[in-house]
Amino acid sequence: MLGKLTWDAIPWDQPIPLVAGATVIFLMLAVIAWVVLKGYLPYLWREWITSVDHKRIGVMYTLLGLVMLVRGFVDAIMMRSQQALAYQAPGYLPPEHYNQIFSAHGTIMIFFGAMPFMIGLMNFVVPLQLGVRDVAFPTLNSTSFWLTATGALLVNISLVVGEFARTGWLPYPPLSELAYSPGVGVDYYVWALQISGVGTLMSGINLVTTILKMRAPGMSYLRMPIYCWTALASNLLIVAAFPILTATLAMLTLDRYLGFHFFTNTAGGNMMMFVNLIWAWGHPEVYILVLPAFGIFSEVISTFSRKPLFGYRSMVMATMFICIVSFTVWLHHFFTMGAGGDVNAAFGIATSIIAVGTGVKVYNWMFTMYGGRIQFTTPMLWSIGFIVTFVIGGMTGVLLAVPPADFQLHNSLFLVAHFHNVIIGGVVFAAFAGLTYWFPKAFGFRLHEGWGKAAFWFSLAGFYLTFMPLYVVGLLGMTRRLQHYDLAQWRPWVLLAGLGVVVTCFGVACQIIQLVVSIRERVELRDEMGDPWNGRSLEWATTSPPPAFNFAVLPDVRGEEPYWEIKRRAIETQQLAAEPEYEAIEMPRNSPTGFITAFFSTLTGFALIWHIWWLVGVGLVAAYCVFVWFAWRDQEEYEIPAEEVAASDRARRRAREAWLRANARVGEPA
Amino acid sequence: MSADTNHDSESGDVAPGVEGTSIRAGVQGYLIGLGLAVLLTAASFYTAGSGWIWGPGIPVALVVLAIAQIGVHLAFFLHITTAPDNTNNVLALAFGVLIVALVVGGSIWIMGHLNHNMMPMQEMLQMQR
Amino acid sequence: MSSSQAVPATHLREPDPYKLGRAPYHGGSGHGHGEPPGHGAGGPASKRVIVGYGFWIFLLSDIVMFSGFFAAHAVLQDATAGGPSGKDLFDLSRVAIETGLLLASSFTCGMAAVATEARSHLWTQVFLLVTGLLGLGFLIMEAQEFAAMIAEGAGPQRSAFLSSFFAVVGCHGLHVTAGLLWLGTMMAQIFVKGFRPNILRRLLCFNLFWHALDIIWVALFTIVYLIGAGA
Repeated sequence: MLGKLTWDAIPWDQPIPLVAGATVIFLMLAVIAWVVLKGYLPYLWREWITSVDHKRIGVMYTLLGLVMLVRGFVDAIMMRSQQALAYQAPGYLPPEHYNQIFSAHGTIMIFFGAMPFMIGLMNFVVPLQLGVRDVAFPTLNSTSFWLTATGALLVNISLVVGEFARTGWLPYPPLSELAYSPGVGVDYYVWALQISGVGTLMSGINLVTTILKMRAPGMSYLRMPIYCWTALASNLLIVAAFPILTATLAMLTLDRYLGFHFFTNTAGGNMMMFVNLIWAWGHPEVYILVLPAFGIFSEVISTFSRKPLFGYRSMVMATMFICIVSFTVWLHHFFTMGAGGDVNAAFGIATSIIAVGTGVKVYNWMFTMYGGRIQFTTPMLWSIGFIVTFVIGGMTGVLLAVPPADFQLHNSLFLVAHFHNVIIGGVVFAAFAGLTYWFPKAFGFRLHEGWGKAAFWFSLAGFYLTFMPLYVVGLLGMTRRLQHYDLAQWRPWVLLAGLGVVVTCFGVACQIIQLVVSIRERVELRDEMGDPWNGRSLEWATTSPPPAFNFAVLPDVRGEEPYWEIKRRAIETQQLAAEPEYEAIEMPRNSPTGFITAFFSTLTGFALIWHIWWLVGVGLVAAYCVFVWFAWRDQEEYEIPAEEVAASDRARRRAREAWLRANARVGEPA
Repeated sequence: MSADTNHDSESGDVAPGVEGTSIRAGVQGYLIGLGLAVLLTAASFYTAGSGWIWGPGIPVALVVLAIAQIGVHLAFFLHITTAPDNTNNVLALAFGVLIVALVVGGSIWIMGHLNHNMMPMQEMLQMQR
Repeated sequence: MSSSQAVPATHLREPDPYKLGRAPYHGGSGHGHGEPPGHGAGGPASKRVIVGYGFWIFLLSDIVMFSGFFAAHAVLQDATAGGPSGKDLFDLSRVAIETGLLLASSFTCGMAAVATEARSHLWTQVFLLVTGLLGLGFLIMEAQEFAAMIAEGAGPQRSAFLSSFFAVVGCHGLHVTAGLLWLGTMMAQIFVKGFRPNILRRLLCFNLFWHALDIIWVALFTIVYLIGAGA
């Protein structure tokens, strides 16, 4: 009846996951109870859960990313503290538990921390920057988000029911095959990723279509803000790379569930094919994460240097160059597997070449700042911290791109330090820069600067303290994923890295305090005008938070920085452009399709993991029914009457006129 | 029932799969496509079955025929053409083809070299014994 | 280059402001201050163009997924582990019939599109039904082939080669199955709702999907069956 699921699936004998799981469940129940008791449930359902508004979905994506970053960080604390304690000692985490933790850490950080964060920011910002009212497929967007949430939920269920994979964040066979991983850990991994992968793919299709087919009048390709370009490149990579992950995991699944022999070491299976295919997805994935990060930094640096982005066209070229070339470097993840000199050389050269694109960008950022009037706000601090950190990470990357060097450093903590250096220094810093930068646009008030700066300095220091020692200890020969070690030489460095995590903890605490303080002081931090940073692109042309329809009238784009032009004209003439004629706006209706689909995919996924076949059938049939029910609806849109649009836009104009009067003497905004 | 939007016929881009011609021309297009596809399929099966060309050349010939047939399908069934209003669709297709080529070609190249450098699995298993 | 102008545009042709290329844009918006076409002169594209393009992107991603299975098949083709190879197993005449069925269904699917353009309910339904039946015939033949292979001990568990064979062909079969489910749903929708714009868009997508499946099949019968049987 319940397949492999029995009471033994709950780890009664392991206090750590049990207590952690119980705490999380208790917290979740408490939150749900609070929501229900306060009577917020109808509001949540109406305005968020069933919402197809790209801004709401973007916010929910980002929130999921934030929560999962904290979840993954807890894993990181456990790993660092285990290694700090486990010098000639067993530490406090038994190996099978430690292995689950490092696997979960990587999986959660990449798939459910960084990805939702980046996709959330793109979802929120891209339609606003393009000057349009929504993404191409709003209901699909909601479905994408809820499927991603499903994946995150499944991974976290594995904490209490059953186990997670012990294979590392990429389940290399033959270890991940049924013979060596008979438990449900790998199955949790596979189905969580397959379900959230479908969501990611659909989100990629959605954003590519949005960027290529829906832009404000007059916005030609070379007038798109750079963030939209990087979003386009990133989503093209999603569309091209995620299907490979789907296929690869499907093959592993067939091996595990139906006795196929793709990657087994019997009957002619070839486990190296898995490594090859997974990295054919895995390397583009890196750029899926980091390209939008580059976009965020470009926006932030240009805004706070009070200058247009230096070398916009070369930035676009570099972005698209990276987009294509990222598909020709995947072998550098397994130089040591034995493809031989010529193959290794080709991929090594390609890897070095791809760094050129990033180099172009670094120079562009520096020249943007050069001669600018730089304001050291929190987002700008994250951006400058990024440039320094990322250059170091990039250099170690180029070092690793040299096959003979890689043979020495493969699987060492040097490698671990390298990819944390680029992912934290690139993606996580960008996430926080973007969060602080666009937060006022989303909620109508700014984040507290003091706590934001504190969070930045603690995170930066914590990062260097944690990972610079790992470079050293990696060069000293320490390999990754060690549960305990006996070499006295490594110990000081490992302890230092442990200290770094403590410092980073302060950074995380500051982030949380920053949120709390900002919410409490939201009146003082209010963004009345909708343009708190003196921005340059179209998202600052509307109110904060924007109305459901974003723009009362689609802006008319006549240059690379359309909003800057509008603003300058307004300041020069001391008046806004003439009031346009308002028309009624059609917006897509909210739909619970995404949520219900995700509910049934959670059931189906869970049933597949535990071999509860009847439930699989029920889930699939129900999902199909939801689709048909959705397809059958007659009303897809609702109309916002012209008066409402006019009222909303007139309020915006009043705020802007007030600002103009108040700043009449300032003249040039620069 | 059928009296809907007949007037929004500016020039411009088309969605893939839209041909936009009269019924007669539409049917004609599909017929030509079908004819060419049948011809190419028949040629493929004939080439594989009989020894009318040099043995090692057969796979090459088959691949060429397949690519030709895929082109026929794209042009006559999916209506992806070289017309200027189709550029976006073609660019997307080109990107897809590039990725497919990289993934398949790269995998074959890499795995071929790995197999070449590796000890056969059978021998390895014997050594482990 | 001017061919698109020469062809009489019908109601299915809708302007897209973002297209590249040099065809002059005659859109009715008032933003024409000397800008070349394709540069967003009229704002967002029509819904039909958006839906068609989005689905086209999806199809390309689906083809990339197949490329993963094709790559696996190419690599594992010789890993027969002492079991039967393609030469021993494939019945090319059966494959030829399957190909014929699928090709014919692609044609009738196109006919359904023409009938839809002419707003003929009856013929649209008839051609869709024929498309479905041909697809069903294809599936039945494929299922028979699989069953026969498994019965003679050449199932996917036998060797890596057979695993990759069953996966790549089976994946295509699954797509056809999903297509049939979609087709049935579409026929019911047309019956109940008529040719509403959103249903016309879905029909366009279905057409694309079905033709794309045929393209995958061309690659399949060439690489897996014909080359596999010869090797």
